[in-house]
Amino acid sequence: MPLDKPYADIPGTTIFDAEQSRKGYHLNMFCMSLMKAPNRERFKADERAYLDEWPMTEAQKQAVLARDYNAMIAVGGNIYFLAKIFSTDGKSFQHAAASMTGMSQEDYARMMIDGGRSPEGNRRRGEPK
Amino acid sequence: MAHISAGVTTSHIPAVGAAMDLGKTQEPYWAPVFKGYEVSRQWIAANPPDVVFLVYNDHATAFSLDLIPTFAIGCADSFAPADEGWGPRPVPVVQGHPDLAWHIAQSVIQSDFDLTIVNRMDVDHGLTVPLSLLFGQTPAWPCRVIPFAVNVVQFPPPSGNRCFQLGKAIRRAVESFDENLNVQIWGTGGMSHQLQGPRAGLINKAFDQRFMDLLIDQPEVLAQMPHHEYMREAGSEGIELVMWLLMRGALDAKVNTVHRFYHVPASNTAVGHLVLENAV
Repeated sequence: MPLDKPYADIPGTTIFDAEQSRKGYHLNMFCMSLMKAPNRERFKADERAYLDEWPMTEAQKQAVLARDYNAMIAVGGNIYFLAKIFSTDGKSFQHAAASMTGMSQEDYARMMIDGGRSPEGNRRRGEPK
Repeated sequence: MAHISAGVTTSHIPAVGAAMDLGKTQEPYWAPVFKGYEVSRQWIAANPPDVVFLVYNDHATAFSLDLIPTFAIGCADSFAPADEGWGPRPVPVVQGHPDLAWHIAQSVIQSDFDLTIVNRMDVDHGLTVPLSLLFGQTPAWPCRVIPFAVNVVQFPPPSGNRCFQLGKAIRRAVESFDENLNVQIWGTGGMSHQLQGPRAGLINKAFDQRFMDLLIDQPEVLAQMPHHEYMREAGSEGIELVMWLLMRGALDAKVNTVHRFYHVPASNTAVGHLVLENAV
């Protein structure tokens, strides 16, 4: 019997479940290594060489190099682990969140001040907006 | 005997901690957030706990994907603020209460709740931001703290009902501890927020207000809510709200609402905060 995923139809959302976690183990553990200052320095000095020390897929490495957070999540990244990357870059959670929505950080911040993204039309895929 | 006198729930947004650490609390963006905690700071000064049993989640700080405990109780003498990637927050070291923590662990495990015992753990913003919100900037936290970490990062987290029932078991454990201690239980995290994907920024005020209503008056109904409803309605990270049920399970069926606060936004998140006392 396949795992029950009653959350699979939530639009624009990837739940970090068993499948994602297994896919993303090495990507997320690479992120975890950035909690140590010497590792952050080595990563910043040569990102590709540092990534090559990890048994990650090429798609995972490319997503990190491009700072494409949606792509990182698709290949198993979890946002709390990926936070180590944008913290290393000196960027905020809001910066990263905005980048995943396709909005500028300014427009995203304005949306939040105006009350955030409405759940209306955002509960199920294919639902009328 | 020890007893649980009150419960507190609050969001634990890292940007709120940073606003305090960087002296931005009076800026127009942040001032309404901190104003919502003024009543609570007065209340806690008048009702100081000996121990706070602090339910929070670790955000890939002490626990990576190598080890994912569903429920972990901190039994150490002290817990250092963690370096989450930009250096530790400038807040005091957290002093534990190992006697009570071990007593709760033994009692609760023997009541069928299988906890993980932790003797060394750094604590991240999930634990230190609530302390800062209630106690402000201080050279030393004014009470002991038992950190209680709940997994909400790796799906599936424990169910709302499991958290609610565990809260009841924790209350029984506290009430069987010989020393006369005033214990508060705090449930942290939430409210609606989503930090990932094209749907990031989701806020559901109606859900959040209803969640607080039910938490206060009908927690046993709220405890039946399935995970996917939290995630659909309150955003993927809104699932943290199961931790509020753990707090609620440790209080009486009837509670008085000392303070209730709700504000949007703080960074990506809806801020929710309750102070509840057992109705006498």
